[in-house]
Amino acid sequence: MQSTSETILRVNDLTIHYPISIGIVRAVEGVSFTLADGEALGLVGESGCGKSTLGLSLLKLLRPPGRVTGGSILYRGTDILGLDARSLLAMRGRSISMIFQNPLTSLNPLFTVERHFLETIHYHDPSLSRGKALAATGKMLATLGIEEKRLREYPHQLSGGMRQRIMIGLALIMNPDILIADEPTTSLDVIVEAGFTELLANLRKVYKLSIILITHNLGLVAEIADRIAVMYGGKIMEIGSAQDIFARPMHPYTQGLIDCVPNIQLDQKELVTMPGSPPDLVSPPVGCRFAPRCPKVMPVCTERTPRLLEHAPEHSSACWLYERHG
Amino acid sequence: MGVPAARFSPAGGLANALGWFTRTRRKYGMEWWIMIAGMIVILFVVTMTVFPGLFTRFDPNDQNAGGQMKPPSSEHLMGTDNLSRDVWARVVYGARTILGVAIAAALVSALIGIPLGLLSGFAGGTFDRILSLIMDSVYSFPGLILAIAFAAMLGPGVINITLAVAVVYIPTYFRLVRGQTLSIKEEVYVEAARAIGARRPTILSRYVFPNVIATVVVIFSLNIADAIMTEAALSYIGLGLPAGIPDWGMDLSMGKKFLPSGMWWMITFPGLMIMLLALGFTMLGEGLAEVLNPRLLEK
Repeated sequence: MQSTSETILRVNDLTIHYPISIGIVRAVEGVSFTLADGEALGLVGESGCGKSTLGLSLLKLLRPPGRVTGGSILYRGTDILGLDARSLLAMRGRSISMIFQNPLTSLNPLFTVERHFLETIHYHDPSLSRGKALAATGKMLATLGIEEKRLREYPHQLSGGMRQRIMIGLALIMNPDILIADEPTTSLDVIVEAGFTELLANLRKVYKLSIILITHNLGLVAEIADRIAVMYGGKIMEIGSAQDIFARPMHPYTQGLIDCVPNIQLDQKELVTMPGSPPDLVSPPVGCRFAPRCPKVMPVCTERTPRLLEHAPEHSSACWLYERHG
Repeated sequence: MGVPAARFSPAGGLANALGWFTRTRRKYGMEWWIMIAGMIVILFVVTMTVFPGLFTRFDPNDQNAGGQMKPPSSEHLMGTDNLSRDVWARVVYGARTILGVAIAAALVSALIGIPLGLLSGFAGGTFDRILSLIMDSVYSFPGLILAIAFAAMLGPGVINITLAVAVVYIPTYFRLVRGQTLSIKEEVYVEAARAIGARRPTILSRYVFPNVIATVVVIFSLNIADAIMTEAALSYIGLGLPAGIPDWGMDLSMGKKFLPSGMWWMITFPGLMIMLLALGFTMLGEGLAEVLNPRLLEK
């Protein structure tokens, strides 16, 4: 476990609301977690559970009407939410970087690969000479396994996997501490995804990165993450080491999620699915947000909200099955 | 690093341009020919404005060019008008006025409309609301009526008529650019640029603007075509230019007076030229719209 190393990101009781015409979408409610130096945290959940919103808020990139209404995000002790515009710009890409789910449209169609790198370096270090910037770019391309002749090509001349690698390269060129990867493999095929996973593991070593991996792909988190946080309806339902989550899932939602992964050895006749659909975040269910779909629902679940408590060492869950009630 | 800086050389530039023409011809059929036809027409008229002497030996204001109201002949290709001036010479020298005014007007409206549209779309909020409201109210006027009002207000003169025509087209650019900006600022690559620390002015100038401008090129050409008609209309009703400057619209209205008495050439030739030039820019615009379409450029 990484508990001995320094905590570089601490999210406390973060709440994000989207006021819209029919009410307030409570996209993220009271989320807390920590990220240790060098650790990879997987943020797992269904579409619309608030994981991407959470990711964007870490860089203060939320778009109106989205707004952080409570909590704090401490990066090495400084609250990101309180930073002024200038420090924020310096921080993005340099301390914390982010890549997005669609590599096909993540690059400016009118910039060559080279220009992408030179511009990014220039934003952070305007005094660096062109030669030095090009040298850094060349080194990065070598790490990414991309030929140098690609420097003068435009995004439409590159494959999806290559574009994704360039995106990562841009995110890491200023050597940030934390990389937030939001569904990085969603639009890649399985072969490219395998290559990407390997690259990410490699880059993590080279750049001593901490990673926040936002995904609904359990296979991907299993390969990369040290710890996993399972989100449902804007809340963290369970958080623990990757081994614990997969081997001893506590929360019925986590158990359901893992059961949904098709297993080739079990000779399944049918795919397991989870009945019901994600909660309406404008008027979420009273009590536990998963209660309406939960196979183990109890009377208390629809009345009071369970707290995220450590029920086993380094393994927390928000579920009445483990919390005393009555 | 093995990346030579791109340097411009005239020969290389020409080779590039020729290469572009050959490549696009193979990829596009009809649209390419439409574009080329438009270019030829425009090039023809542009040559007229630059070297009028190549086309005619007469002065457009020479009232002793060879008799009053002579029909077309080998001496006077398009005949002479009521003041004994050579109609062909007036057509050749008149190209300068109409082309100059139309291009200048389209430029002025682009220079005002594009930045306003960019800022409005990018900034959003109250600023965007107010500006859109103003632009929409300008847009809701019939173009010619608006131009007439401005021309009447400003009085005659080349610069004034240019401004009067320009006002009509500002909302066209504004609406187009604002719409494009709204959609491009939502693109993932803009979000990605923000995530790696690009500033707002940088995003506007390097990420949004270059991706917006491609659509403007097409509209620019179509706008010139429209501006040609508006300029001709203004000078036709006598709101345009001071006397002494040869102008197709003015000759058109002069020719109208003599049409009932059978002098068809005075009105026909300037009219044909207006149509031909407007058609040239329309064809160029339509052709470019297809050839420059980035979705078609990606294999």
